[in-house]
Amino acid sequence: MTDSIVLMVNGAPATAAVDADTPLLWVLRQTLGMPGTKFGCGIAVCGVCTVHLDGVPVRACVTPVSAAIGKAITTIEGISGPVAEAVQGSWATLDVPQCGYCQSGQVMSAVALLQANAAPTDADIDRAMQGNLCRCGTYPRIRAAIHRAADALPTRPQGSS
Amino acid sequence: MKRRTFLLAGLGTGGALFLGWALLPPRQRLVGRTLPDTNGKAIALNGWVTIAPDDTITVVVPKAEMGQGTHTALAMLMAEELGCDWANVRVEHSPIDKIYGNVSALVEGLPFAPDANGTLVRAVRWMTAKTARELGIMMTGGSSSIRDCWMPMREAGAAARASLIGAAAATWGVAASTCRAEKGVVVCSDGRRLRFGELASRAVQYRPAKITLKAAADFTLIGTPTPRLDSVAKSNGTAIFGIDVLLPNMLYAAVVMSPFGAVSAPSVSDAQLQQCRTMPGVRAVMPLAGSKYGDPPALAVIAESWWQARKAASALAAFVATGSTDANAKSVSTVTVMQDIRNTVRNDEGMPIRFYGGAKDALAASTRTLEATYEAPFLAHATMEPMNATVLASNDHAELWTGTQVPGYARAAVAHVLGLNDEQVTVHQHILGGGFGRRLDVDYIAQAAAIAKAVPDVPVQMIWSREDDMRHDFYRPATVSRLRAALDADGRVTAFVAHSAGQAPFKAYSKRVGFLLTQAGPDRTSSEGTWDQPYAFPALHASHSETESAIPVGLWRSVGHSHQAFFVESFLDELAAAAKQDPAAYRATLLQSHPRALRVLQLAAAKSGWGEPLERAEDGRPRARGIALHAGYGSVVAEVAEVSVAIDGRIRVHRVVAAVDCGLPVNPNIIAQQIESGIIDGLSTALNGELVVDGGTPRQSNFQDYRLLRIDECPVIEVHIVPSLDAPSGVGEPGLPPIAPAVANALFTLTGTRLRSLPLRMPDEAAS
Repeated sequence: MTDSIVLMVNGAPATAAVDADTPLLWVLRQTLGMPGTKFGCGIAVCGVCTVHLDGVPVRACVTPVSAAIGKAITTIEGISGPVAEAVQGSWATLDVPQCGYCQSGQVMSAVALLQANAAPTDADIDRAMQGNLCRCGTYPRIRAAIHRAADALPTRPQGSS
Repeated sequence: MKRRTFLLAGLGTGGALFLGWALLPPRQRLVGRTLPDTNGKAIALNGWVTIAPDDTITVVVPKAEMGQGTHTALAMLMAEELGCDWANVRVEHSPIDKIYGNVSALVEGLPFAPDANGTLVRAVRWMTAKTARELGIMMTGGSSSIRDCWMPMREAGAAARASLIGAAAATWGVAASTCRAEKGVVVCSDGRRLRFGELASRAVQYRPAKITLKAAADFTLIGTPTPRLDSVAKSNGTAIFGIDVLLPNMLYAAVVMSPFGAVSAPSVSDAQLQQCRTMPGVRAVMPLAGSKYGDPPALAVIAESWWQARKAASALAAFVATGSTDANAKSVSTVTVMQDIRNTVRNDEGMPIRFYGGAKDALAASTRTLEATYEAPFLAHATMEPMNATVLASNDHAELWTGTQVPGYARAAVAHVLGLNDEQVTVHQHILGGGFGRRLDVDYIAQAAAIAKAVPDVPVQMIWSREDDMRHDFYRPATVSRLRAALDADGRVTAFVAHSAGQAPFKAYSKRVGFLLTQAGPDRTSSEGTWDQPYAFPALHASHSETESAIPVGLWRSVGHSHQAFFVESFLDELAAAAKQDPAAYRATLLQSHPRALRVLQLAAAKSGWGEPLERAEDGRPRARGIALHAGYGSVVAEVAEVSVAIDGRIRVHRVVAAVDCGLPVNPNIIAQQIESGIIDGLSTALNGELVVDGGTPRQSNFQDYRLLRIDECPVIEVHIVPSLDAPSGVGEPGLPPIAPAVANALFTLTGTRLRSLPLRMPDEAAS
């Protein structure tokens, strides 16, 4: 039933009165008014709803809001820092987006990849990004943009984030 | 009856009145009934551009941005002629007005071969353009946006530039000829300067008597790989799609729709309806009758959140599933539909679309003939943004927020459902999370309006689940084609005969939206891609039989070209093999009288390393190349695919080299993007795409069973653009058709197996 819950979204607390089984996606989009995270499939097979929970990419369409309580939720609206800037900068420079609907999810997955792996190979990119569908066919540019973002980032010492 | 004859007969009905109208000058496209509304913050110099005091240039765009980059490219046309600073340019959707009606798509849709240019053809084109201007139907599709706006957008820019120069010259008391516009400033030969923003309010008084366009040699923006205007907003989540609209007090709706062929809404008991009404957040549950726009009978739930609406709709769907199924729907299956199409191809003659040279007689008389039958399945659009629309319905007006390729039809659908006049409906157009032709239909908009009617003065956002979207599409029609050719002793084609069968998508679409011109007569789109190709066959007979079924069909990216290219280009490879000739050289011989197509073919071949040895794939499996060429939407594209087959039979495409001639390349960056997009879309469906219907319902429901290409399956793609000064032509669709045959042709070279059915699947024995 409807409860008032408190979430930590993009570093700030947010209150939502929703059923506990409501997917995080709909709480973000409709209750909290942050529509950057998209709805595509509802069953975690397209990746357009990708957000970070404590820095880990998850599909918000199948994540009950109750599972996000007490965790740091990061959405496309709040993603920041050098990796996010490098990714978003490369995305714009190489004109990755076409219709753009999947790109919030693509960016969130790419940022998570580069935070975990500063110099991904093509195979690493395939593994990290194959859960993110794109209907316009932006894959070649996504690949190029991730490499470009990796090149633009200073080499970081092992273990730092 | 020949299509050409039919069409002229259709245009001729109107007699003297019609002839009188024909003599009137064509409707101009510079200024509509009203100027764009700027809220007093800017000055509209015509229907296509407004200028604010701070120099912000707002280009008014009548086309939907669905990924194809048209907003950027259209703004470039304006900025080039206006002479403004590109950094100050933004775009805004146009209102609905006849000046924004699509002229080009109608003219290009005429059933003439692309290179036909006789007096009759030119006269019919002129009349059609005139008719299109009068109809004024706003439509984004048919790869027509740049072609359609190439003149009016630049003329509007040039006219606005002349007005600004006129105002500056009058201010300074000098001749206009001593002034020029550059980077948003009018500069006098004596060095005085006035910004566009300072001049705009005075400029409206100066209407140029004559509009002079720049020569192509003077272009500074057109032809450059200018970054897209929307890339940043689409990388940081701030781009707002129709589904992102948030309005105060908004409610949400979910639906349960009847299967194909069903005549009534899904059946549930009153007790079951009541049970759903008591679920959390639910405000209303109602049956919907469906409409002429193609939305089927349905049940709808309105709730406080979409999740609550969806849960109640799922409960309803479960009740329906345990109840009786509509007998009409039960019999609808792709197995019987395909059988019907195959029988039609075998037994029917079809409607001739283009024929010359006595091809059938030549075929019958020939001693050396080849025959093959090809098949293509139904396909879903599967846009990433599911169908959705938000409607606020009041007594005497309504508002619509959505992404649509046809704002005028969208408005008409809302007005029709709510019993209003078009003028009482306001359309708020948004960017589209994919179109591919799906958002040329307005079924989801009519449905949202019917739902919103239940809660007057409250906005309702209706969102389809992915399953709704996949199972209630207007599909690319399944098509079968029987191809026959006669060859001479040297393997040259002496006659080419193609007869295809399948549902007619444009006719079906025209009936749904009420577009009169194409509801009768043969549907050109069914067989386009076969009769309009540049190959010089001495004799040709291309015909099509229109079939019917309860599976709804519509306009899918590149429409008829999407399957006809596979048929024709695969069969041409079969002919080349029969003639024991290289497939590229065989095509080149047939293109001698079409230097433009020949150049594209040769460029793709050269850049791909055609004829050179290929390294094996990483797992040691051999690779081979295949080539295909296709003309459509005024452009020509050739593609060479490098493929291999994995030990488990999986087809892999490693690299695709494309060459395109799309006339003057307005933005090479966006052209490359669109060709890449077409290749990946075409590959996605060539390798996996198939929609199977059983008992009135598609078996596929979501991306786990309607598989689309993912990044790990995506080839390396190179796009080469032929330099040209011809008027620009389409790029949104032409990249798609050649890829399926290029891959199939490569597979033949690799394995000796000819695949004649899509999606391409290696038979077990050929894989090992």
